[in-house]
Amino acid sequence: MFAERVSLLFKDIAALMSTYGGAYLKGAGSTLLLAIIATFIGCVIGFICGILQTIPINPGDGAVKRFLLGVIRVIIRIYVEVFRGTPMILQAVFIYYGLPYFSGNRLQFTSIWGVAILVVSINTGAYMSESVRGGILSIDPGQTEAAKSIGMTHFQTMVNIILPQALRNIMPQIGNNYIINVKDTSVMFIIGFIEFFAVHKMAAGATFKYFPSATVEMAGYLCMTLLASFILRWVEKKMDGSDSYELVNDDQLVMTAGTYNHPVKGSPFDERSTEYTEGER
Amino acid sequence: MDELILQVNHLSKSFGSNEVLKDIDFSVSKGDVISIIGASGSGKSTLLRCINLLETPSGGEILFHGEDVARRGANVPAYRAKVGMVFQTFNLFSNLSVLENCVIGQMKVLKRGRDEARANALQYLTKVGMGPYINAKPRQISGGQKQRVAIARALAMNPEVLLFDEPTSALDPEMVGEVLSAMRTIADDGMTMLVVTHEMAFAREVSNRVVYMADGVICEQGTPEQIFEHPQQERTREFLARTRKEQ
Repeated sequence: MFAERVSLLFKDIAALMSTYGGAYLKGAGSTLLLAIIATFIGCVIGFICGILQTIPINPGDGAVKRFLLGVIRVIIRIYVEVFRGTPMILQAVFIYYGLPYFSGNRLQFTSIWGVAILVVSINTGAYMSESVRGGILSIDPGQTEAAKSIGMTHFQTMVNIILPQALRNIMPQIGNNYIINVKDTSVMFIIGFIEFFAVHKMAAGATFKYFPSATVEMAGYLCMTLLASFILRWVEKKMDGSDSYELVNDDQLVMTAGTYNHPVKGSPFDERSTEYTEGER
Repeated sequence: MDELILQVNHLSKSFGSNEVLKDIDFSVSKGDVISIIGASGSGKSTLLRCINLLETPSGGEILFHGEDVARRGANVPAYRAKVGMVFQTFNLFSNLSVLENCVIGQMKVLKRGRDEARANALQYLTKVGMGPYINAKPRQISGGQKQRVAIARALAMNPEVLLFDEPTSALDPEMVGEVLSAMRTIADDGMTMLVVTHEMAFAREVSNRVVYMADGVICEQGTPEQIFEHPQQERTREFLARTRKEQ
């Protein structure tokens, strides 16, 4: 009975594939592309917000600078809370229909890709901005002090010292967001964006093979996210660098440079070695 | 009289209602090696951090070649580039290799070319005995080695003054020696140094002036001989007696 059902499932899937295989593939491609582009732009937004939010306000700063920084912080706060606190499916509708509504139909989105990228990007950006802020805060303040002590400006410190370290720390978060985006871009069907899940609705609606199509979708999404996980792990490993390092040479200057080196254990210079104590006797 | 580099006038610093530094007057001339000693909480480190403007002074002025760098609108990064700092906790940039740690400031702040910065960094890394380790990452080397790299990083900026904030306090006893001897080499080269330290032997042998701080004020200052052999203040005598007992 069970085996029969399984073989039926395979038959159904094969049938689906022969008609809709190309559509599934194209849908999966759209999903991946949208997720990659939107995650990337979202990260950029997140980094910009994260950097702006962590500009220190010094007691010595002028009133204008303080006011501007305060305004920037409030704007970012509102942005994060609004886009983190509402469903993406609604944001898509809100933005897609909001522009024509307010411009009296004079302005409209011409590209559905554009809207989809915009919505997913700003949504990701809201999450990433908090991740980046956390990543920056997680870096030892001593790193900032050291950078400042050699004369770096806030911007130089961020770009050269803090962000590379913060980036490594938030890599898992970026991975998270990417995987969430692969799955959640499925809500973009609401504005008519054809991606992987939309293909399911189309194929299942036409053939009534709901379960076989859902199986294909499950496997497809899992493949896409697993692949992303593997790639991210690999990138993280690359970023960590190798555990060993090469000595440049046996530097002759070490002993003469006024640095005190401890004798290698067991060498004739080690006072605990037998050779040394025997010589004493 | 040697050229005056730094002059601190009526410097004060409060954290909330807690007054950490009170009316500090103090000057540094070219070639000086000044040790600042005193009990924990006496304001030594705060004084050093105020000089580098890592803490904003609550009052007073800090004159660098006669120009007040603590005033509002002063070019702080440009000033800091000329005043090196070595931290108790090393604070090497953990994303960069030993060599890059010493190169990045020269390239980004002093706008030197890579080759020039590299050669300069190598010279100082070799001086502190870290020449062979230029490819290592900070997490791969020991505390004493990290501190020597931190010294080379500060030196590579060719600063006019080098500030040391308890450079050996976070080290295992067996690593203290290598850092102190690196500092000694630099002092012998004529570097102007301001060292907050608990190493009395170093203060005595290497510095030409010793400042004893207590409760946020400079209690007594003079040559090492004056401070260690003939302290005038009762509090200085007590402090020195305590440190001797510990050793």
